[in-house]
Amino acid sequence: MVSRPLLSSAFRQATRPAPTFASKFSSPRFFPISARFLSAETKAAIDKAVGSAPVVLFMKGTPETPQCGFSRASIQILGLQGVDPQKFNALNVLEDEDLRQGIKEYSEWPTIPQLYVDKEFVGGCDILVAMHQNGELAKMFEEKKVLILAEGEASK
Amino acid sequence: MLRRSVLSLARRQLSAMALQTPMEDAMRTKITEALKPSTLEIHNDSHLHSHHKAMAGSTSQETHFRVVITSEAFKSKMQPARHRMVYALLKEEMAREGGIHALQLRTRTLEEEQKQAERDSTRKGEGVDAKVDVA
Repeated sequence: MVSRPLLSSAFRQATRPAPTFASKFSSPRFFPISARFLSAETKAAIDKAVGSAPVVLFMKGTPETPQCGFSRASIQILGLQGVDPQKFNALNVLEDEDLRQGIKEYSEWPTIPQLYVDKEFVGGCDILVAMHQNGELAKMFEEKKVLILAEGEASK
Repeated sequence: MLRRSVLSLARRQLSAMALQTPMEDAMRTKITEALKPSTLEIHNDSHLHSHHKAMAGSTSQETHFRVVITSEAFKSKMQPARHRMVYALLKEEMAREGGIHALQLRTRTLEEEQKQAERDSTRKGEGVDAKVDVA
């Protein structure tokens, strides 16, 4: 198992795409709080975000400084599972209100964090914890080939 | 003297507040009616989160919930579908300003609950715990 400090630094680079993503949401909003329907523009931007890496986490805060316990737990699970930072992207919904509301509509899921793997919605924090505990998550990540290669495992 | 009576008054108010749980009651009613659960636990964890930035200005004592539901309505449904069923039931409570901010869900069928109970009892004593470290 790889140590945690190393992992969190490895995840750091994964946050970089966020600002460029956020800038795509700068259009004015006409429906302040409960935007019932996603605009085509927002949907396209979220489509792109969901496909920005094999493993994508929509979270509150960044992997190094999560702003919510559930986002923190989700990041820790991805680290424990050994998800390859090169194949991972984290998007901070707190940086963009349109993204924050948009992703809820897009996924038909009212809470953050949300995990996507190969553009498919997997679940929120409780589902990740359960899948982490029962082995389903490890199986899925292995099948999707998104884990760090065996080097680290050989040295345990 | 005065301070003591103020304190006891405050305490009385606190206990009265603790008894008023409109959100929890609404959740219990809706979940019970729709899912006919064999197990329904509703834990109010709001006090653990009252310092959160997102909770600034919120006066609600009912913002963070942990809910355990065992129901045959979940049979042959994947976890995301089960959670969506509950989210749909509580849509209004979650969307409302000052409503439910966080909802942790454990959604199982009776069979899954029993299997888990068996596993837990055989696992006891081995010291194996797969819990996530949230430190």
